[in-house]
Amino acid sequence: MVKKGRIVSFFAILVVLAVIIGFTIQPIIHNVKLGLDLKGGFEVLYQVKPLKEGQKVTNDTLKNAVAAINKRINVLGVSEPEISIEKGHRIRVQLPGVKDQKKARKLLSTTANLTFRDVNDNVVLDGSDLQAGKAKIVFNDLNKPIVSLKLKDADKFAKVTKKISSMPPGQNLMVIWLDYNKGDSYKEESQKKDPKYISAPSVNKVLNTKDVVIEGQFTMERATTLKDLLNAGSLPVKMKEIYSTSVGAQFGQDAMQKTVFAGIIGIAAIFLFMLLFYRFGGFIAILTLIVYIYLVLAVFVGMKAVLTLPGIAALILGVGMAVDANIITLERIKEEIRSGKTILSAFRAGNRRSLGTIFDANLTTIIAAAVMFVYGTSAVKGFAVMLIVSIVVSFITAVYGARLFLWLWVQSQALNKKPGYFGVKKGDISDL
Amino acid sequence: MIFKNFDFVKHRNKFFIFSSVLTVIGIIFLFVFGMNLGIDFSKGTRIDIKGTHALSTEKVDQQVQKLGYKPKETILSGNNKDIVTIRLNEVLDKEQIAEMKTAFKDSVGVDKNNVNISTVSPQVGRDLAKNAFYAVIISSIFIIIYVWIRFEFLQGLTAIIALLHDAFFIITIFSLLQIEVNIVFIAAVLTIVGYSINDTIVTFDRIRENTKLRKKKPKTFEEFSEIANNSIRQTLTRSINTVLTVLLPVIALLIFGSESIRTFTIALFIGLLIGVYSSIFIASPLWAIMKAGHIKRKQKKKAAQPQT
Repeated sequence: MVKKGRIVSFFAILVVLAVIIGFTIQPIIHNVKLGLDLKGGFEVLYQVKPLKEGQKVTNDTLKNAVAAINKRINVLGVSEPEISIEKGHRIRVQLPGVKDQKKARKLLSTTANLTFRDVNDNVVLDGSDLQAGKAKIVFNDLNKPIVSLKLKDADKFAKVTKKISSMPPGQNLMVIWLDYNKGDSYKEESQKKDPKYISAPSVNKVLNTKDVVIEGQFTMERATTLKDLLNAGSLPVKMKEIYSTSVGAQFGQDAMQKTVFAGIIGIAAIFLFMLLFYRFGGFIAILTLIVYIYLVLAVFVGMKAVLTLPGIAALILGVGMAVDANIITLERIKEEIRSGKTILSAFRAGNRRSLGTIFDANLTTIIAAAVMFVYGTSAVKGFAVMLIVSIVVSFITAVYGARLFLWLWVQSQALNKKPGYFGVKKGDISDL
Repeated sequence: MIFKNFDFVKHRNKFFIFSSVLTVIGIIFLFVFGMNLGIDFSKGTRIDIKGTHALSTEKVDQQVQKLGYKPKETILSGNNKDIVTIRLNEVLDKEQIAEMKTAFKDSVGVDKNNVNISTVSPQVGRDLAKNAFYAVIISSIFIIIYVWIRFEFLQGLTAIIALLHDAFFIITIFSLLQIEVNIVFIAAVLTIVGYSINDTIVTFDRIRENTKLRKKKPKTFEEFSEIANNSIRQTLTRSINTVLTVLLPVIALLIFGSESIRTFTIALFIGLLIGVYSSIFIASPLWAIMKAGHIKRKQKKKAAQPQT
């Protein structure tokens, strides 16, 4: 006597799952945060060094530096920047999907120290003489963009301009530098086609004002960058690049397409294998695997974790792990059927005996993944997170999901005396 | 199944010798060839460029030399020979990177969107290598402790021996084939550590169960080898099927996947095969011998003690 109710509930559950997955899979896939190896972009690890001798790099200076970097990144309009402080005074900046990598890199690491110097490179004014956040773009008579600043003290500016205007012509220049490095000199740079300093206007009279404009040969873009940098504030430290990766956007996309394609083929092969080897049990396993893939993606998106190339590999491998739990259980059930038990008691014994094995096997893998997470850097970390999520989800779906599905069928008694449904030959069954 | 009546413990010496020889060869390889360490573990710059057509390493080389760098190595890869990887000893700075990115546009027709550049300074390379080493050691220690608690110390020990055997074998193959080792390789080795222990645990779990089922506590080597043999046979289909199902996606990744994770998939492929081998032929037979030896020593000790 087949109890149809159980089978009806099985299909009801299936329909509900299909509806949930069908309606939510699109937004979930849409919300997966792609790492820079898939999206293109770059990652730089900076070694933070003090700006001046005697300055100490403390946690606070690092935090201030991160805040300044954050402000600058906002200028770039990168949607998902990741900035983290690492051991040994290091700051890791990841900018996935950034278009103009050259500009971004420049914007990040300049200390944005504005100095006004005379032709002999002596500082006359520096960033500390400026009012914070007052840099603006205005246009001159020729409708060219110029950057206007506000000084704190008009008297000081008068003094400085008096001194410079008294110099002979050709030397009465106020040289404006951004990030002057030791060894840079006006005399050398002025001979070059593309000098390092921003501009060198001549000063003819004493200027008693707080308003200063910088008239370089600016494009609108350069003027905006300069304005933003000045308003974001200078970095309190020096940052040296010690590790960097930049991935071309196309490169990343190709890598993702290929890997996803390989994943689909691999997973299809697993499905086929399970169906051939475990028949009905394999079919149930496939259902749970589909739920598994969906759940892993959902959890991953929920955690706001970043999907990297190794992460996709972990997802695909996770399918292998999830299958393993199914295989352990189904093998156990097969064994029990062969020993002559009824389908129902074989199902019960198989489930009971396989649970401990699955638990131990998964936990040891989690140990390896956890260590990877702690000691790994970005790409490896992404892999470890995905592996841990996969194992936990696979445990739930493969153990409880598959059990529920199979239980409904076993309870319905539709499988009674049909060992072939589990891939067991009648001849292999020993008499009790 | 061909192995259904195979006496795994009886033939153990063949496998032990085979594995020992492999390990010795591995040590020799490591000394003679060393590892082909990528920039992740040393220093320098790695440039990958991907064309829309087959590329020539000569042209790429020329272009790099034109910019004033001497390529340490130039490798052509990709299914269509459309990827060129160049390694430099120098660590490029951000201006040089920007220059390099756009340099292949005119010379070989590769846009900056198809150029990857990574740089690693010596300090970071050292840190990465150190962390990787710690990761393997620490996870081994945690696993041994876990197996010790859940099973017994001897099983923990043999599991770790099998595991280190696997990890070392992957290193040997990478040394022999001189495949570039990068940071993702470490992730692969750790995954193998996880999988290999997984296989071993499933067999040990059976051993634990079969030992409990016995009416009398096993004492002799014959009894332990019988338990080990039975447990291996009972879990054999599962061990092979599991590896097969994991191998399927790995093979798919190897054939169709991105070149960027090729090192990773090769390591996984080799590791999975050696992992299933070691958990069937090494771990359980080794346990049977060690266990029997342990009990024997205990009995001797007991016998040596004066009767009261």
